[in-house]
Amino acid sequence: MRALIKHRLGAVVLIGVIAVLLPLTFPSAYYYRIAALVFIFALAAVGLNLLMGFAGQVSLGHAGFLGIGAYAVAIGPTYFELASWLCVLGGGVLSALIAFVVGRPVLQLKGHYLAVATLGFGLLVFIVLSNEAGWTSGPDGMPVPRLELFSWRVRGPDTWYWISAATFLIAAVLALNLIDSPTGRALRAIHDSEVAARVLGVDVARKKLAVFVISAVYASVAGSYIALFNGHITPDIAGFLRSIELVAMVVLGGMGSIAGSLVGAAVLVLLPQMLTGLHDYEQMMLGLILMGFMIFLRQGIVPSLTATLYRWRT
Amino acid sequence: MLEAEHLSISFGGVRAVADVSLAIEAGSVFSIIGPNGAGKTTLFNLISGLYSPLEGHVRLAGEDVTGLAPDRLARRGLSRTFQNLQVFFRMTALENVMVGHHRHETSGLLADLLHLPATSRQNRRTREAARAALARVHLETDSDRPAGSLPYGALKRLEIARALASEPKVLLLDEPAAGCNPVETREIEEIIRSIAKEGVTVVLVEHDMRLVMNISDRIHVLANGRTLAEGTAAEVRSNKAVVEAYLGASGSQGAEHAVD
Amino acid sequence: MAEFLQFLFSGLTVGAVYALIALGFTLIYNASDVINFAQGEFVMLGGMSTVFLALAGVPLPLAALLAIVVTIAAGFALHRCAIEPARDASPVALIMITIGASIFIRGAAQVVFDKRFHSLPHLFGSEPISLGGATLLPQSLVVLAGGAAIVILLWLFIDRTLLGKAIIATAANRLAARLVGINTRRIVGLAFAISAAIGAAAGILVTPLTFTSYDVGTLLALKGFAAAMLGGIGSALGAVIGGLLLGMLEAFGAGYISSKYKDAVAFLVILAVLFAMPQGLLGRGRVERV
Repeated sequence: MRALIKHRLGAVVLIGVIAVLLPLTFPSAYYYRIAALVFIFALAAVGLNLLMGFAGQVSLGHAGFLGIGAYAVAIGPTYFELASWLCVLGGGVLSALIAFVVGRPVLQLKGHYLAVATLGFGLLVFIVLSNEAGWTSGPDGMPVPRLELFSWRVRGPDTWYWISAATFLIAAVLALNLIDSPTGRALRAIHDSEVAARVLGVDVARKKLAVFVISAVYASVAGSYIALFNGHITPDIAGFLRSIELVAMVVLGGMGSIAGSLVGAAVLVLLPQMLTGLHDYEQMMLGLILMGFMIFLRQGIVPSLTATLYRWRT
Repeated sequence: MLEAEHLSISFGGVRAVADVSLAIEAGSVFSIIGPNGAGKTTLFNLISGLYSPLEGHVRLAGEDVTGLAPDRLARRGLSRTFQNLQVFFRMTALENVMVGHHRHETSGLLADLLHLPATSRQNRRTREAARAALARVHLETDSDRPAGSLPYGALKRLEIARALASEPKVLLLDEPAAGCNPVETREIEEIIRSIAKEGVTVVLVEHDMRLVMNISDRIHVLANGRTLAEGTAAEVRSNKAVVEAYLGASGSQGAEHAVD
Repeated sequence: MAEFLQFLFSGLTVGAVYALIALGFTLIYNASDVINFAQGEFVMLGGMSTVFLALAGVPLPLAALLAIVVTIAAGFALHRCAIEPARDASPVALIMITIGASIFIRGAAQVVFDKRFHSLPHLFGSEPISLGGATLLPQSLVVLAGGAAIVILLWLFIDRTLLGKAIIATAANRLAARLVGINTRRIVGLAFAISAAIGAAAGILVTPLTFTSYDVGTLLALKGFAAAMLGGIGSALGAVIGGLLLGMLEAFGAGYISSKYKDAVAFLVILAVLFAMPQGLLGRGRVERV
């Protein structure tokens, strides 16, 4: 992790270069689509990683924010004739507000109480989205008008690939900035010893709330992108399984590793694609992955790799 | 500088601290001693805001700070270390001490996210303050090592450096020499002396009698949550009740030899 | 009045199921400090296994028994393979492991069984009984009676047998229990097995009324947890009371306020309890010392 901080820009440039060169290997539009989804989910995962990996909190209902962002770009243009890009921003603001209001009481909780409270929040969002059919057209979902920027209709997996890659890179830079800053150090301190952080003057409640809001905005933007990309959205995007997938991405890739979030997102997006015949086994795989990593490799892939490399060198 | 008046607190029916009053002068070294379970750490926790007293008041630089949260006390210049080491194990030694400087950091969340010049400047300033503090406890060479890899004695000094980085007016040290060998204890003694020389008020909880007798301006003896005695090193050493309750027969001999 | 009684009956019936799930939670939590999110899957396994065994030609009573055995095996496996190896993990890590387990079991059920809804025949026929203007299905009484019987049996076991006392000892102080020769690993395994049995029994009893499918476990687990929290996590009596109370809150909420948001009641209860009285109605308060 230290190396990542020192070469902060280095890691981002590397990912940027890969992002630019990767499409040269794509034989069809399908690959653009998958890669775009990887970057979009990685965006949400980075946000969640800031909350879980760095600040040491937990959110088992984070897909709720995916849902808020997604339905913002569905409902806004459909019922209020607002521009889609404005709704992406609006969704982010709404998610930030909701995170602020919900986070204030909830983040005072610890351990399994926090876990269950956030789980409850996520499910509440799902229930509201499923029930308020007047706005959301219920469990079958609703269509999402495509994004239009300066009368240029944004569609096509290749365009979305560039948009999501660029957004992920920007988000990663912001996250890395945060980690190597007074706020970031305070958050990491809270993770290791809340009492010591408090005694050194850290306003623990405020910092936790700040990172919760930031992670909510990341998820919201990701949710908006998914909705705009697919042209259609259902309440499942805010569902329990989605929240757990996000957590699995963070855990798998490595809590406290930004690059790990990308790896985790890649694995969890690619796996179902590679197992097309075994679609029914997806849930079993997700369960096994989560259990396996939490029992045997709690650090996740990227930190384990860097630790092994470090040991080889010394 | 720091005053406690009639502090009391109970845990589940047991009076951990009962009617304890202290008056600590600015720039002095004040030690709190007593047998295990006498309530020393509880008293510390009361003064540093981790517990709220059942009765009594705490005053810092004349202001009533009773019941204030620890982070607000920190912002008024109170800093402390922990008996059972609350080090940030996943961060490097330098980063640990940098967190100590937190109350002086001014860059906001937005500046931090965007890495604006305000944040780079703050990072630099904090790094310098942290390096200076590490130098004072002789840990400069270990600054980039993960705290989790440092030996116990170094961690005790690391906590002191971290508390120093906050540039406190009052420094509470909870058993800084616990578990340290004589060489390490001497080192800590020197460090405490240099801190006191700068005018920082130091309050010490310690078991190492030699250290306490060498360094303290005043000593307060606690037993069973109550004040047993208070005075200079010489006064306390010769107080019969203290000798009996705490130092013990052989202990009083040890105390006589405790002078440098 | 008739309406009130109707809601009361349905509330108590479903509340009995929540109570049993909450009891399972409490048993495992007391023995090992683990919040077992897979508790709901035990209920699902009980119902679904019985259905499919019966469909395969096994006579119903035997199918029910085998289903309970299967679920107990699942509970044992969960403990041995997922919980024991991670015994030193943080509470959050353990919760994630049990969530992973519940998703795994759900996924397996989807493959082994199917994705449709299923039901079982009512035990005493489906002729509704009229009571004070409201109607009650005989199966509701079966659920209530069965639930009560399980609670009493469990109480007798814990209170009157040596094994039961070993569980209490482990729950009170794990180290001390080991020091007096109790094999705490086996005791925790036993707690998992018993919880699985209780869950499976609840599932079998209630399937005729509410139907079952491979994914009913998640919501049930959350509601059971809400009930356990309401009653006070760690208190068996609290679990039962919490379950019945939650069932009634849900029924009255659905009846008088909005039936769309019936499922939200449980989450609102969780949030309310966490903020207003975190130790629940009968829970043991825990003082945290620095």
